[in-house]
Amino acid sequence: MSWLKSIARELISLFVDDGSFAMAILVWVVLAVSLLPRLAPAARWSGPALFAGLALILIESVVRFARRAK
Amino acid sequence: MGVGWGHPEVTRLGTTLVASFLASLVECVEALTVVLAVGSVRGWRSALAGAGTALGTLAAIVAVLGPALTRIPVNKLRQIPFHLVQFVVGGLILLFGLRWLRKAVLRSAGLIPLHDEQTAFAKSAAAMRQANAGSNARWDNFAFSAAFNITMLEGTEVVFIVIAFGAGGVGLLLPASLGALAALVMVSALGFLLHRPLARIPENTLKFLVGVLLSALGTFWVGESVGLAWPVPHSGSSDLAILGLIALYLVLALGLVPVCRLQARIVAEEI
Repeated sequence: MSWLKSIARELISLFVDDGSFAMAILVWVVLAVSLLPRLAPAARWSGPALFAGLALILIESVVRFARRAK
Repeated sequence: MGVGWGHPEVTRLGTTLVASFLASLVECVEALTVVLAVGSVRGWRSALAGAGTALGTLAAIVAVLGPALTRIPVNKLRQIPFHLVQFVVGGLILLFGLRWLRKAVLRSAGLIPLHDEQTAFAKSAAAMRQANAGSNARWDNFAFSAAFNITMLEGTEVVFIVIAFGAGGVGLLLPASLGALAALVMVSALGFLLHRPLARIPENTLKFLVGVLLSALGTFWVGESVGLAWPVPHSGSSDLAILGLIALYLVLALGLVPVCRLQARIVAEEI
């Protein structure tokens, strides 16, 4: 049964290895899907706005990692 | 009439097939490395039996669960809003893809070590040598369970990848399955022919590309699930936005590599 535990651990690690990075993505996705359709449902920038937030999260995460790396 | 990558249906099916193939390729290569280490140190009979049993178990699970899913009454399925499925699957793919992309950027910038199949092979082989034999000449339980575990582990990830891609839209399960199957056949054939780890497969480049593809698909599906709009031509399908997202993520990730190197250098000079 140890492989079951390993598989569960591996499945979680498929999505999360930096907790704050995963949390930031989830928070932005929830915010974006809650707010963007209400702010401007038909606006052509609502999709790109979702991307822009995710791009900023990726930039912040890798730059933070680079600044901590020795 | 010619149908190219610009055609929305081809974009959707093609992206799913390629992403599933590349993601499965990475998992299959990692499993092959350990099975080769087990086989070369402890003997091929138990190693291949372990890997084969795991593949058979996975096939049985898929064979039982697949038809069971299709037997769910359509009126029950209709009770689950499709946009909810698309949102959940898109969110999971987004987490998966951005995690791979982040790691691939950091690896390309030299901030975390590259995954090396030769090193992984040497480590696994050393572990196999150190372990007590606990076996007779014909059968090796340790080798069997080591090969079984790694094949089950990586195989379950491949099954998850296929299900996640397949659940993203109508008709996507077939290209997702074909992509994974092609990866399995290719890696098995290469492993059988070469008998050594596939160290020349550029795993980080693959993870970079898969990260880009998955992040684009995940972003698109999450956006589609709540009806966000994309700047595509009025006559075109919103599926065309996938190509734009792939290009944007690729440019972003490639641009982040030198930025990370620069940041690390600045911090090193400050110390």
